Amino acid sequence: MTSLPEQRPRVGLFVTCLVDLFRPSVGMAAARLIEAAGCDVVVPRDQTCCGQPAFNSGDRSNAKAIAAQTISAFDGCDYIVVPSGSCAGMLKAHYPELIEGNPEAEEKAHDFSNRVHELVSFLIDVRGLSEVPGAFTGTVTYHDSCSGLRELGIKNQPRKLLTSIKGLLLSEMPECEICCGFGGAFSVKFPDISNAMVEKKTASIAAAEPDLVLAGDLGCLMNMAGKLKRQGRNIACRHVAEVLAGELDEAPIAARVE
Amino acid sequence: MQPTSHDFKTNARAALSDRQLQEALSGLPGGLVAQRAAARARLPEFDDLRDYGRDLRNHTLDHLDLYLEAYESKVIATGGHVHWAETAEDACVAILRICKAADAKLITKGKSMVSEEIGLNAKLQAADLDVVETDLGEYILQIRNETPSHIIAPAIHLIQEQVEDDFRRQHQHLPKDRPLDQPAELVDEARKILREKFITANVGITGANFLVAETGSSIIVTNEGNGDLTQSLAKVHIVIAAIDKVVPTLNDAAALLRLLARSATGQEITSYTTFSTGPRRADDPDGPQAYHVILLDNGRSELLGSEFREVLRCIRCGACMNHCPVYNAVGGHAYGWVYPGPIGAALNPGLIGVKEAGSLANASTFCGRCEAVCPMRIPLPKLMRRWREIEFEHGETPFLTRFALRSWAALARWPAAYHLISRMTVGTLKLAAGRRGAFTWIPFASGWTSGRDLPAPQGRTFQQLWAERQKTAALLTPTNKEAA
Repeated sequence: MTSLPEQRPRVGLFVTCLVDLFRPSVGMAAARLIEAAGCDVVVPRDQTCCGQPAFNSGDRSNAKAIAAQTISAFDGCDYIVVPSGSCAGMLKAHYPELIEGNPEAEEKAHDFSNRVHELVSFLIDVRGLSEVPGAFTGTVTYHDSCSGLRELGIKNQPRKLLTSIKGLLLSEMPECEICCGFGGAFSVKFPDISNAMVEKKTASIAAAEPDLVLAGDLGCLMNMAGKLKRQGRNIACRHVAEVLAGELDEAPIAARVE
Repeated sequence: MQPTSHDFKTNARAALSDRQLQEALSGLPGGLVAQRAAARARLPEFDDLRDYGRDLRNHTLDHLDLYLEAYESKVIATGGHVHWAETAEDACVAILRICKAADAKLITKGKSMVSEEIGLNAKLQAADLDVVETDLGEYILQIRNETPSHIIAPAIHLIQEQVEDDFRRQHQHLPKDRPLDQPAELVDEARKILREKFITANVGITGANFLVAETGSSIIVTNEGNGDLTQSLAKVHIVIAAIDKVVPTLNDAAALLRLLARSATGQEITSYTTFSTGPRRADDPDGPQAYHVILLDNGRSELLGSEFREVLRCIRCGACMNHCPVYNAVGGHAYGWVYPGPIGAALNPGLIGVKEAGSLANASTFCGRCEAVCPMRIPLPKLMRRWREIEFEHGETPFLTRFALRSWAALARWPAAYHLISRMTVGTLKLAAGRRGAFTWIPFASGWTSGRDLPAPQGRTFQQLWAERQKTAALLTPTNKEAA
């Protein structure tokens, strides 16, 4: 009896609404990395947003409906991979608590949750990736997004992959684990506080003297990039997947398109 | 105390532009936060101890009636009195009655957040009683006519210069050229004033960090020793504590004290950890002649029977506020009521109503740092989210927010329309942005753009790009297409 060749896992990419709308190049970079980790990528059309705006604003019933829709959209995927700690946390930690009451749906939600991974932790913890396609020369600093760090335990994985890139120097900023002040709707509901928080963050970033700020969440990155730009600081911002995948053709976040 | 939590946004704005407050708050990360981290690092079993503490508090809350009754009978057996107070008013009435019976003129007080909760000082003063706060921070606030902005460091919102000015203004009878620019000098100055008060006071009121059912003891932790003088020099000692402060045994209290001091100030143990059990006995050299405990409910038993029960595990260490980026930005007064920070956001709506305090539960990015440091592992973000749900269910969420949310959710639940509108929106935004990578102003997002730019989209959605990539791939491998 001959053994069958190893099947390439089928990975559903949950691209997140912000990447879909603002920075599709991050989605392309994510797909490239997942493929580099020996998987096939599919992008279900029935995905929209993870539902956090509803969930965190107290609209549980809409959050639940969006959760159910997203879970069904990824039927048949071995893994669901998300280029955001915040949205991955929503899918992994909060969908099972939202879907309650119907045992069949609950089981489906738990099964779904077990298959969900944040992109960088998927590459390392699930696929054991140690080399990435990206190349970069310069100094970067990494901001730990809150949900990725505290809900999913993502801390060393991005640093491990980044420091595997020759010519890339990682310079840690002080207080890299403190919230940038984005918080989704928080930044709109409490813009003054959000602004004060991101001001502290950009000061921390500047202290690391990087060429480039990286993070795993586009929400945080848009906030930090928007502030750095307003302050006239010459520090670029990109999603960590862009550097890891070597997708650097697009201008950095908030930077002028040349 | 009259809450102003509904004005959180306005309060916060004022706090953000208060230079002295911002200077005072800037000391938090290098102070209490760093001290806690160091204490935690010195105790390898710290996180196991947190599990133990959580389970212990859960157990106590599950049998709260039993432990409260056991505690009461022990207090009575040691010669003390217990007064059950369902409301803040009941508690104040009971305290006033005790003060009157003791013919009190001057009352000394140790630090007690529950006394703030019931507005005790105002009630005592209205009854022509002279009340003096003996905790240095609280004493400063009393002469400034302010409320605490933090539950363990009540005057953390002040800088040294402000306190120096207050002392020079208030203590006119002391030499004018005395140096007051060092904390130790301020402490000495307060001590001079307070010593005299300790000796003349008829009644001493303290809070309690824990009440021990096994022995009927109340425990206070302090670093100044003022609480000890307050409770042992006066003729009458009144303890005011909420019903959730009870723990089963002395051993249990010891476990929680290890967590409390480390989480609060990074100390292994505070300078003074004092156990009081009943009034002075016949052969005791000192102590009060009478010992009273006011057990306050004020909404807690309702919380106990609700999905918010976990908030009652709180041991009031203040770690959640020290680590909260929102608290660090605006300080405690912005929260508009006794308990600020994440614990306030999770607790206050339960005590003063979601209409008054609901906005506190909204004032969080859910960064999760509070839950990560809470010694009792209270799921603070989850509880805040639950208050938001109740606010939403009750229709308290502002109309425009509701409208925007509902419209967005309807779209998110209709993927085909969602993708179409996404494409159109992104295209329009890109057109408006041109080669500029960001907007400096945009309608409906002026809050965002008042402080930072809004990055512009790349111009097409990922779904569009992916569909094109699939098409190209299919064209390049026609055999696959046939096979499919």
